[in-house]
Parts: sequence; structure tokens; C-alpha cells
Amino acid sequence: MDTLTEIFPILLKGLRITILVLIGSAFFSYIIAFISGLGRLSKNIFIRKFVGFYIEVFRGTSLIVQLFWLYYALPILFNFDIGSDIWAGIIAISLNYGAYMSEIVRGSILAVSKGQTEAGIALNMTGFQRMRLIILPQATRMMLPEFGNYLIQMLKATSLVSLIGLSDMLYYGNLYRSTHLAESSNVYLLILIAYFILALPLIWLVRKMEGFSKKGVASE
Amino acid sequence: MTDGWSWETFSDAFPFVVKGIGITLGLTVTCYIFALLFGFVWLFLRRIPVKPFSWLFTWIMEFIRSTPPLVQLFFIYYGWPTVPYVGATISPFACAVIALGLHFSTYISEVYRSGINHVDKGQWEAAKALNFPTRLKWIKIILPQALPPMIPMLGNYLIILFKEVPLAATIGVVGIMRLAQDYGDQYWNYLEPLTIVALLFLALSYISSLLTSWLERRMNFKFDKKKAIA
Repeated sequence: MDTLTEIFPILLKGLRITILVLIGSAFFSYIIAFISGLGRLSKNIFIRKFVGFYIEVFRGTSLIVQLFWLYYALPILFNFDIGSDIWAGIIAISLNYGAYMSEIVRGSILAVSKGQTEAGIALNMTGFQRMRLIILPQATRMMLPEFGNYLIQMLKATSLVSLIGLSDMLYYGNLYRSTHLAESSNVYLLILIAYFILALPLIWLVRKMEGFSKKGVASE
Repeated sequence: MTDGWSWETFSDAFPFVVKGIGITLGLTVTCYIFALLFGFVWLFLRRIPVKPFSWLFTWIMEFIRSTPPLVQLFFIYYGWPTVPYVGATISPFACAVIALGLHFSTYISEVYRSGINHVDKGQWEAAKALNFPTRLKWIKIILPQALPPMIPMLGNYLIILFKEVPLAATIGVVGIMRLAQDYGDQYWNYLEPLTIVALLFLALSYISSLLTSWLERRMNFKFDKKKAIA
């Protein structure tokens, strides 16, 4: 019990970075997912090929490789610093998950019934209006449960930033362990529980979204 | 430390890093077999008809799948030896197999479950009506129908697992990732060795995605990609 009261405040110090990285990478990865998901459906072959290349590269290599590459290699290659470590973490996670989620955006847009597009054309709407007013509102609903699942994945991925020296929960846990070797199991069990507590509202959110996304989408 | 790209370092680092590819692939396959077997165990544990048990195992699975595999790796490598009475030191390779295998077994168990749920209810009832014994019911009726839709998803999880394996470098498994870091530490030059790792991953996952799509065509089964990405 002593350990618990001793470790917990130390882990709390890292909570700020964990949540900051989670929010930052969630924000940017959703933006990237929408841009590249729509780019994949573009009529322009160059945009399509370019986005396809980006998705292949970031889905084909693993996050830890990308994180290390971004942190160690990029500054050497282009002779510049990303600014701070936290940006390296956020950029790596959002590029990686943006690539995965772009497939969801693409799939959901294609899943909206064709009749909806035709109705839009019949009402003499422009392509942009159709996308903004008819297709996207329905497609976004379909994306929500999967977006929630990826949010949980991103929460798990934030633990990797401790490897490039960011002071998140796992970093402080490792720090504590290095001076209290006998309590290693308690430290890591507590970190696991802390992550699970963070994930609980997200799990609940996914269940809510599943019900929400079933309603109000036109299907064949 | 050198600035910019150098092909000399690249060709120097390449044989050094590639040495680890056997370990990386071996670890992937071992973890995968462990996950396949343990996925079955979860399936049985969750099918226990006693409510509190199935409830408990459902939450244990939820716990394992929603906490970071990196922390689980550290827990088993650093933490397990200090657990009172049962703790024992385990080699890094075995640790990686247990931690990553256990993490992925929860995903794979879901694949099994959805495959079994995919079998039409009438098939179960027909087996019951014909008074099939349990063993025959599974072998002759349920599994032949449940397995084909699972295969593409199981293939996808193999690729995803392969991309998680570099995590094992953090506890000292000498795969390509570890060797790239070692090379970087030694010559203070991370650019080329890390790029080699990225290229190797890209090449191998490209080959495996070709294999998966070939398998999908062979099985003639349309498969929903977005559902199977971890």
C-alpha cells in the first residue's frame, strides 16, 4: 500500500504529456485522414498516386520505426530540428494513424448510397455542395465507431514517446523503477491500470457511437 | 556525426542490420503461433456458462487489449521477476513472445468469435436435430463454415504483429531494430541504419500484402479491410 501512495503522484506528473500527445495526435490524424481519404477519391491521378504512396509507406512500416526515424534521422537528413520532442511524437503518431484512418474515410464515403449522389445532381447541386451537405454528414456518422477504436489505439501508442525521452507516464514509471528495483511489478501494474482507466471512457464512447452511427444513414 | 545522406554508410550498415532479420521474423512467427493458440483459450474461457466467470474473462481481455503492449512488455521483463513467490527471470525473447502473443491473442480470439457467430443459426439447430455429438458437430459442420472468413483477417493480424515486433528491441531482443540502434550508438549515425529498417519493413509488408490479396482471391471471399486493422 505504501508503494501505491508513493508511485501514484509520480505517475500523475507524466499524465499531462500522455494526454497532450493523445489530444494532439488525435486532432492532426483526423485532419490527415480526411484530407488523404478525400485525396484518394480525387479525379486527379497525381493526387491519387501521391496519397496512395503516403498511405503505403506509413502503413507498411511500423510506428516505432517511424518515430525513431523522425526523431533521429530527419534532423540529420535535412539539417533541421523538429523543434521539440513532443512534436516528433505527435507528428509520427498522427501520420501513422492518419494513414490507417484514411481508408475508413474512403470506405465510408463509398458506402453512402449512390441514390444520394443522384438526388444531389437532380437538385442541381455542385460537387462541393453534394459532398458537404449530403455525402459527408452521412459518411461521418459511419466513421465514428472506428474513429473511437483508433482513439484507443492512439492512447496505447502514446506510451512509445517515452522511448524518445518524452516525460509521459511510462517515462516516470521507468525512472521510479530504476531506483526501486524490487517494486518493478507494482510500478508497471499501476501504469497498466492507469492506461486502462484512461481507456474506459473511450470504450464507453465507442459503444455509444455504434448505436449512433446506425441511425440516419441512407442505405440500399 | 555526418550531415546528410551517405551511400558509404548505407552499404556499411546494411549487412550489420540485416543480420537481425532472422530473429525478427522468428519472433513474429513464434508470437503468432502463441497468439493463435491462446486465442482459443480465451474463446473457451469466455464460453464458460457461469456468468461471473465469462464476465471476468471478458474484462481481463478488455484490459489486455486496451493497455499499451510496450508497458506489458516491461511488466513481464522487469516486473515479473519481482512478483512475490511466483516470479522468475525470463529471457528477452520469451518475454516478447508472452507479452506480444498475449496482446494479440485477444484480437485473434475476437476473429474466432466473429467467425463462429458468422455460421447460420439453422446450422447449429440442424446439428442438434440430427443428434450430432459435440466433436463431430464442430469438425463436420461449424468449423468448415467458420474458417474461410477468418483466414484474411488472421493474415492481416500477422502483418500487424510483424510491425509491432520492433518493440522487443526495448528489452534487448537483437532483431533488425536493435541492431540499427546499436549501429547508430556506435558510429553516432542513425539516419542510414534506421532507413534500412524502414525499407526492410516496407519490402516485407509489401510482399505479405501481395500474398494476402492472392489468398483472398483464392478463397474468393470479399473481406472488409477497415474492420481488421488493429
